[in-house]
Amino acid sequence: MPAIKQKQLYYDMVKQSAPKPRVWRNTFWAFVVGGLICLVGQFIIVFFRTRGLDVNEAGAATSATLVFLAAFLTGLGVYDEVSRFGGAGGIVPITGFANSMVAPALEYRAEGMVFGVGARLFNIAGPVLVWGIVTAWVAGILYYFFR
Amino acid sequence: MQFFWAFVVGGALCVIGQLLMDLTSYKFTPAHVLVTFVSAGAIISAVGLYQPLVNLAGAGATVPLTGFGHLLAQGAINGVKQHGLLGAFSGGITAAAAGITAAVVFGYLAALAFRPRS
Repeated sequence: MPAIKQKQLYYDMVKQSAPKPRVWRNTFWAFVVGGLICLVGQFIIVFFRTRGLDVNEAGAATSATLVFLAAFLTGLGVYDEVSRFGGAGGIVPITGFANSMVAPALEYRAEGMVFGVGARLFNIAGPVLVWGIVTAWVAGILYYFFR
Repeated sequence: MQFFWAFVVGGALCVIGQLLMDLTSYKFTPAHVLVTFVSAGAIISAVGLYQPLVNLAGAGATVPLTGFGHLLAQGAINGVKQHGLLGAFSGGITAAAAGITAAVVFGYLAALAFRPRS
């Protein structure tokens, strides 16, 4: 059998046996879990606002609080359950960003404080920061020239 | 009322992320979702469409990673307003500094304090 045909056959087999994601169920739980995390965030914002912080300060304090909670829950192994259950509902909020930092750092701790924890913290956060910073920089530059 | 919209808008943004993973190729990982969201948020923010969403939904718009992109983009644009060209370099991270520092510090401490589970 020619190699190319064999390859095609293999891909067809993989496609057939790969599990089909249950789209409707996943979508529902992503909505509920993601919505609930944002609702918690809204409660935290209102709490900080009543303590006299302005809108920007309250937003920053809320991000820091959610990141702390997510890092803590990831350490306990609870957040992985949230993500398994809620899919993107646990990934898209800033708690998912914090989880994406802690989880690999924890897993590769045996590789040491520099290449284990230090480097793995930025496994996913690194690309996110690169894309975010570059896009924002382009926005700033465009604003400078075309405002 | 903002609590209602926080839930609905936050949930809807997560649904977009879920559909990106489920309906596109299997190579669309959570990392791709986060990267897409932060850049999309920055672009939508730069054309002025994200702030209305924040006004409506509060945390429903700021907690998802698109809100992080919004923060970076508005920081860079406000930086240009205040400091000219240099502001495009300094404004973004300045605006997002609290979140970034919290993520690094708490992430590092959590990785030290807890044992990995198998």
